[in-house]
Amino acid sequence: MQKLLEWVDDRFPLIKTWEEHLAKYYAPKNFNFWYYFGSLALLVLVIQIVSGIFLTMHYKPDAGLAFASVEYIMRDVSWGWLIRYMHSTGASFFFIMVYLHMFRALLYGSYRGPRELLWIIGMVLFIALMAEAFMGYLLPWGNMSYWGAQVIISVFSAIPLIGDGLAEWLRGDFVVSDATLNRFFAFHVIALPLILVALVFVHIVALHKVGSNNPDGIDIKKNKGPDGNPADGIPFHPYYTVKDIVGAVVFLMAFSAVVFFAPEMGGWFLEHDNFAPANILQTPPEIVPLWYFTPFYSILRATTESIMPVLSVMVALLGLLSVFTVRGVVAKSVMIAIAAVLVIGLYALEAKLWGVILMGASLVLFFFLPWLDRSPVKSIRYRGWMYKTALTIFVISFVVLGYLGTQPAEGPKVLMAQVGMVLYLLFFLLMPWYSKYDRTKPEPDRVTMK
Amino acid sequence: MSDDGVNRTRRRLIGITTGLGVVGTAFAAAPFVLSMTPSARARAAGAPVEIDISKLEPGQMLTVEWRGKPVWIVRRTLEMLNAIDQSNKLVADPSSAVEGQQPAYAKNKFRSIKPEYVVLVGICTHLGCSPLAKLQAGPEAGLGSNWPGGFFCPCHGSKFDLAGRVFKNVPAPTNLEVPPHAYLADERTGVNRIIIGVDRIGKQRREGVA
Repeated sequence: MQKLLEWVDDRFPLIKTWEEHLAKYYAPKNFNFWYYFGSLALLVLVIQIVSGIFLTMHYKPDAGLAFASVEYIMRDVSWGWLIRYMHSTGASFFFIMVYLHMFRALLYGSYRGPRELLWIIGMVLFIALMAEAFMGYLLPWGNMSYWGAQVIISVFSAIPLIGDGLAEWLRGDFVVSDATLNRFFAFHVIALPLILVALVFVHIVALHKVGSNNPDGIDIKKNKGPDGNPADGIPFHPYYTVKDIVGAVVFLMAFSAVVFFAPEMGGWFLEHDNFAPANILQTPPEIVPLWYFTPFYSILRATTESIMPVLSVMVALLGLLSVFTVRGVVAKSVMIAIAAVLVIGLYALEAKLWGVILMGASLVLFFFLPWLDRSPVKSIRYRGWMYKTALTIFVISFVVLGYLGTQPAEGPKVLMAQVGMVLYLLFFLLMPWYSKYDRTKPEPDRVTMK
Repeated sequence: MSDDGVNRTRRRLIGITTGLGVVGTAFAAAPFVLSMTPSARARAAGAPVEIDISKLEPGQMLTVEWRGKPVWIVRRTLEMLNAIDQSNKLVADPSSAVEGQQPAYAKNKFRSIKPEYVVLVGICTHLGCSPLAKLQAGPEAGLGSNWPGGFFCPCHGSKFDLAGRVFKNVPAPTNLEVPPHAYLADERTGVNRIIIGVDRIGKQRREGVA
C-alpha cells in the first residue's frame, strides 16, 4: 500500500493536495452553526448531479413527449418517483442552503477584504445557480413551466433596440416552443452544471488561499503558535470533516422528511398548475415563479409608474449625501452627474424597463458589498445598532418581498412590495454611511468561543 | 516591466498573431451563436391559418393558434361597438398611434377591417401572458361597475377593451397586436372565412423569409 502511494505521489501531488486542503488546512476553531451551509450546499450539488443523471435516462426533451415522460418516470420507472422527488426537493433545498450561506457572510462580514474575490465568485455561482434552476423548471413542460419561461424571457425584450432580437435568440423561436425546451435541456444538463462545478472549484481554491473568516471576523493568521500554524486554527480534517458529517446527517433527515412526506410542500416546491401540460392558448390564473425567485420577481412587478417619484426623490437624496461626503470638485461633479442621469432616466424610460433594471440591480448590488461596507469591524458581534437594524430590515424586506411575489399584485400588496423594494435597495445604497458612522465595539485579539 | 533586451520584431509578431487569433475565434463562434436563432423550420411555421367564422354568433369569441400564439376573433355586437366608442377616455392609445401594433388597414376606431369582427393576438404586451376574455360589460366581470367589456390579464393586472386597446395606468405599455389578416370571399355564402398571417391574398408576408 505504501509503495502504491509512493508510486502515485511521484506522478501526482496527492499527499501535498491532501495536506494543503484538508489535513493541514487550518480553519478557525470557533466556527458555529452558520458554517454548516457551505458544505451542505456542496452536498446538494452532488445530490442534484447524481439524481439528474438518472432522470436524463428516462426524460425526453421534446415538446410532444416531455410532460408524458415525466409522468412515466413518476409512475412506471422503478423508483423513478424517488429520484425525481429528490431532484425537485433538492432544487429548493439548494436555495435554502445558499441563502443561509450568504446570510452568514452578511452576519460576519465574510465578504470583506481579503475575501472580495471569494465573494464575487460566490455571487457568480449564485447567478449561475438561478439560471440552472430557471432552465430546469421548463423541462417538465407543465403549464406553469411554459408560461413562467414565457414571462421571464419576455423580460429581456424590455431592453431597448436589441431586446426583441435577444428574446428570439434565447427562445430560438417566436414563442416558447420545442426549440426552447430542447436548448434549455442542453443548458440544464451539461453547460451550466459544468460551469457550476468549475465555479465551485474556483470558489474553494480562493477560500483556501485567503483562509476562512470566522464569527469574530478577525484574522487568525496574526497569532501563530510555536509550530508556525495559527494558534486559533485547527486542521480541517479531522475536526471540520467530522463536524460537517454531523451537519450532513441532520440535513439528510430533514431532506428525506420532505422527499417522502411532503415533496410538493403544499405547492411551494412543486406548483399545482404544473401538473397540467403546457397549453399555449391558456395562461394559468396566476403566474408564480418558485419561491426562491419571488423576492426578485416582486421587485420586477413593484416597479410601476407610481413609484417613479419616490425613486427619483431617493436618488436625489442619495446624490446630495454623496456630494457632501466625497472630497474634491471632480468627485462632487461626478456624483451630481450620476444622480441627474438617473433621475432623467427614471422618467425617460418605460417603467417596464426600470422593473428589469431594478431586478438586475437587486442582484448586482451584492457584488459591491465589499466596497460599500466601510465599518472598521467585520463581525456583527462588534458592530453597533445601525448595522444590526439595517440587516434586520433587509432580511424582513427580503422575506416579505418573497411572500408578496407568490401573491396576486393588487391593492395594498403592490404598495407593500414597493416599500419592501425601497428598503431592500437602501440596505446597500446607504451602507457606506451607516456602516461608517456606526458605534462599534473593539475586536478581540484572539477568537472567542461562545 | 522592463523592455530591455526585448526583441521588438518578435513582440510585434506575437501581437499580430494574438489579434488574428481573436478575430479567428470570433469567426468560429459565429456559427454557434447563429445556430440559436429561429431555424428555417420555425420561420416557415409562420404559415397563414384559415378559419371558418360562419358559425360565430354575435358576442362570441373564437381562439385559434397562429405561429404558436393564441389569436382571438371576436364578433362584436352593436352594444360592444358602442362601448368601444365610449371608452376612449379610459384607454392610453385611443387612436392606435403606436406603429407596429396593427397593420395600416386596422388603424381605425375599431381596429379592424370590418367593425363587426376584430382579430387580436392574445398575448399581453407586458410580459407575454394570455389575458382572459371578460367580454360582458358591467360588474359581473369583477372589474368594477364601469367595466366596458374587454380582456383582463391575470398575471400583472393589465386591462384591454374590446378593440384590444390598453387601459391607462396598467403595466402593459401598448395595445394588443392586430395580426395581418384578410377575408376570403366565398361566392355562395358571402364572406365567412378569415386568413391570418397575410395582408392580402396572393401577397404573403412572412417574417424572415422574404
